[in-house]
Amino acid sequence: MNKITDRTFTGEEFVSHRDDSVIICRCEEISKGEIRRAVYDGMRTMSEVKRYVRAGMGLCQGQTCSRLVKNIIAKELGLKPGEVEIPTPRSPARPVSMEIYANDGMKK
Amino acid sequence: MSKPDVIIVGGGVISCAIAYYLAKAKVKVMVLEKEEIGDGGSSRNGGGVRQSARDPREIPIAMYAINNLWPTLSEELGVDIEYHKKGNLRLGKTEEHLRVLQHNVNLGLKAGLELKMVSSAEIHELNPYVSEEVIGASYCPTDGHANPMKTTLAFYKRARELGTQFITGETVKSVILKKGKVAGVKTKENTYEAPLVILAAGMDSRVIANSVGIDIPMQKILLEALITEAQPIMFPQMLGTAAADFYGHQTDHGSFVFGGSTSLENYVSDVEGRETKSITAPYICRAILGYFPCLSKVNIIRTWAGFIDESADHVPVLSKVDEVPGLVLTCGFSGHGFGISPAIGLLISELIIKDKPSLSLEAFKYDRFKPKG
Repeated sequence: MNKITDRTFTGEEFVSHRDDSVIICRCEEISKGEIRRAVYDGMRTMSEVKRYVRAGMGLCQGQTCSRLVKNIIAKELGLKPGEVEIPTPRSPARPVSMEIYANDGMKK
Repeated sequence: MSKPDVIIVGGGVISCAIAYYLAKAKVKVMVLEKEEIGDGGSSRNGGGVRQSARDPREIPIAMYAINNLWPTLSEELGVDIEYHKKGNLRLGKTEEHLRVLQHNVNLGLKAGLELKMVSSAEIHELNPYVSEEVIGASYCPTDGHANPMKTTLAFYKRARELGTQFITGETVKSVILKKGKVAGVKTKENTYEAPLVILAAGMDSRVIANSVGIDIPMQKILLEALITEAQPIMFPQMLGTAAADFYGHQTDHGSFVFGGSTSLENYVSDVEGRETKSITAPYICRAILGYFPCLSKVNIIRTWAGFIDESADHVPVLSKVDEVPGLVLTCGFSGHGFGISPAIGLLISELIIKDKPSLSLEAFKYDRFKPKG
């Protein structure tokens, strides 16, 4: 991973697409156009797109939209989807309340 | 592309801020990052934009950033970086805590900071969600918070638009010298030439500086945090505690970002991976609920860990290196670099362009570390 990538800005204009308003990340209501715009702004990996526009950062942690987000980034960059760097899965696998977490490791 | 004037090693918020202010002044910059932009401490970050409870050496820089740079940064960079100047509350539950807070207040006042002790009643006026167990706090009304991920990527975006060449996936191994002066850097596979090299690569700065015989006493410390699901907006302050058991704030998104330390971090700092420990999130939750019992049903949706590059005296090195003309060090931020990052970007750009930054950086020299004696 982490292939050498020159990210120099080429100066070309952002081109809108007709389907830019389609919602891709349902938890955070992030549209295809916002993800495409993030790539235009220089984001090159799923983590960067996530940190920039919150796609895949909501309640489901990208379990629903990851593949779509990855495909959009790949298409924008002219890559195969497998070449797009994926984000780190983070604990917990499902939402856990603070009071339950707080009990972990405590004596019964 | 022709040879850059400056190479910055590392692609975090410090590096992107320096790149932005240099690019704005028409300096040709190249940034070399081994992973992704802002993948270290810049995105593993509590987002505090604080002046209070800093080392007195850092306070003028933090004040400068808050007075001059943070308020207009979103506009300047063209990205909403979610900056809020709504104060910092540092909470105390015991008389001993109040003594610690009073000590910090005295230090802050001496440095010219607006800072005071507030009573339990005043705390509840500012933040009605705080537990009745809290008996006092220090309050700095001009502190605040911002979104560290967006700030980093906004500096990156703008610096890139201004012509900075960003190359990721390049691991810098050493600095190249020619006739005793900096001539560029060597990565695993390539060589890049420039008469000036800035090391802003967190802990890696130490190893790279070692390649030209310079050593900064610093170590990496694991830092962990957790993020909750979105809640209705409850309070705008940045929070900390005298017991240093947790800190955090509510983001524009509605989620809370809470960090905390178990005091065992020093003993896990040798691991390569930035892995969360099973004991930490439960500990942070217990700490939070001790101050905000009303959050007990709120879900945690993610946790993360990152490394702090801690210098031996807990303030950064911001310095040219006398023995190696052309080398500049900006490292050792010790876990509180984000809040001062715009000022660091500006000051280092001034150090490079006119050799005279708006604020003196004398207290941050690379050669200040001496053996005890």
